[in-house]
Amino acid sequence: MRAEAALNARKRIRPRRLGAWTILLVLFVTSLFFLMPAYVMVVTGLKEARNVSLSTMWNLPTTLTGGGFVEAWQRLRPNMGNSLSMVIPATIISAFLGSINGYLFSKWKFRGSDVIFALLLFGFFIPYQSVLIPLIRVLQALGLYGKIWGLVLVHVIYGLPVVTLIFRNYFANIPTEIIEAARVDGAGVLQTFRRIILPLSPPAFVVVCIFQFTNIWNDFLFGVTIVPNPKAQPVTVALNNLSGSFSVDWNVVMAGAVVAALPTILIYLLLGRYFIRGLLAGSIKG
Amino acid sequence: MVRTRVAEPTLEGENPARLGRTAARRRHFAFERALPVVILAPSLLAVTIFVYVFICLTFYVSISNWGTLKINLSVKQPLLSLYAEMFAMPRFQADLRNTLVFTVLFLLFAVGGGLLLAILLENAGFGRPFFRNVFLFSYALSFIVTGVAWRWIFNPETGLNLLFNVLGINKLLAVFGAAPLKPGWLTDPTIALSINDLLTRVIPGAQNLPIKLGIPVAIIPVVIAATWQLSGFAMAMYLAGLGTIPNEVREAARIDGAGEWQVYRHVIIPMLHPITVSTMIILGHVSLKIFDLIFAMSGVGPGFATDVPGIFVFEQTFKATRYNLGAAASVVMLILVSAVIVPYLARSLREE
Repeated sequence: MRAEAALNARKRIRPRRLGAWTILLVLFVTSLFFLMPAYVMVVTGLKEARNVSLSTMWNLPTTLTGGGFVEAWQRLRPNMGNSLSMVIPATIISAFLGSINGYLFSKWKFRGSDVIFALLLFGFFIPYQSVLIPLIRVLQALGLYGKIWGLVLVHVIYGLPVVTLIFRNYFANIPTEIIEAARVDGAGVLQTFRRIILPLSPPAFVVVCIFQFTNIWNDFLFGVTIVPNPKAQPVTVALNNLSGSFSVDWNVVMAGAVVAALPTILIYLLLGRYFIRGLLAGSIKG
Repeated sequence: MVRTRVAEPTLEGENPARLGRTAARRRHFAFERALPVVILAPSLLAVTIFVYVFICLTFYVSISNWGTLKINLSVKQPLLSLYAEMFAMPRFQADLRNTLVFTVLFLLFAVGGGLLLAILLENAGFGRPFFRNVFLFSYALSFIVTGVAWRWIFNPETGLNLLFNVLGINKLLAVFGAAPLKPGWLTDPTIALSINDLLTRVIPGAQNLPIKLGIPVAIIPVVIAATWQLSGFAMAMYLAGLGTIPNEVREAARIDGAGEWQVYRHVIIPMLHPITVSTMIILGHVSLKIFDLIFAMSGVGPGFATDVPGIFVFEQTFKATRYNLGAAASVVMLILVSAVIVPYLARSLREE
């Protein structure tokens, strides 16, 4: 057995070695392309306004005083706060609703529940442009237009399909026998959820929270259409305003881009494993 | 579906001693059976209103006379005439052309690139986690951040064009007597590979087409930025797919005398077909809806060279306050996306 395995291993490795250095070289050159915008953003952001001349764009900064980051942070700080106070409640409510919905759709199926689930899931894919006009009228009627809580409501509702999907896929891997055993012991729908499903769910909660945090943080369309007041807008909208205004230097814009990207990048760096799982889970089959 | 059906209370009534409790029990079971629906109701109601009712309302706005700030919900006559008007607009025609070109090029680069990266990574001797993270971190960014960064990179006065100088590419071209490489990128209004002449020969009357059909050169930088952001997603999908292919499959193919390239060409890539379909549909619907990236990067572009329906809807609705026209364009967007998504959802539903 072992000899055979060793033989197989050798067979597998040999053709790889031939091109190993070529593959590494190609990967290295490709990663230069992928890292280039990050380099440009950070390097330009670190430069002082007077040093951001067009001809030295690719050079490293000559001073280390924070460059455009100081002004970018001053300008974007209120909007970073807005984004946070939108993302955190929306993510928590989403995850809670998604867990119970996903549990019911996966373990308490009723007649037509799969069709209803597909109809629900369709809501994840629609272009939100096709709901904006009625949405804004309804938010105005509810007194939520222009408010962060309006954005929270919108993100929770339009997030329902995908969070339900992620939890449903996750719960599909929990053996139905466990649920049935609990049922025989007299546990009801909610008791089973609390005693059996929730203790098994932390990984799914992490995935959903990362997925929703990133999605909601990165949203632009709802932010720009639902909140017209620049002081109350999320950071993506503020960044776009910053880059569109002619009085702002490029070093500030680039530093602003880094600032606006920082929370999701941090999450990616800290929880990358779950992040990948989340983005695959958001793709129907996972 | 059969396995998880709610348990029927089959034991009831079998034992005479339990008879007294059955009424209460039955009520309890009825309650338990209704409970899932009761708990789901608020979510389902919210989605019904915010997705389906709102879509119907948007459609109604699109056939109404509400074309100014003042609300006017009378139906525009003749019915759907606004749609005819919109499809006759050169700008909207350009939008449809741009969406088509963008989607095709983007899918080609992002899905093809993702597959290539996944295969390269699978065969890399070391540094796999590092490269994977480098290729995927951009997925965590907002389209606005990506757009802002790439707009600066594609600035014709600096950015890539400057890099061509620094790297000596222009000097090299001068040696061969060629002009220096200095594309206008996002500012280039050219429509490359125009097929208007061809169309005129095939379809009489095609010379009256108000727009040039071809590849708007200014959209290529946007394709590059979108590929930069999302090819990592395709790579992650393919890596997950490659992980599920057992080594025996490759071994068997090699024993049959297949070379490394042939194993991929004839065995692995065909086995990854479901992943390819999923990735194309997910990225395809993203590209049909694309808005933020172009909004931040180039806006409508020279001669509407980078305009797309997403931007058209936004500008007609919120800048020009032509609500019915904006709504009509958003309905077209919805139909385009549904044409891709609905068969996909229906198929995955049938498979379950």
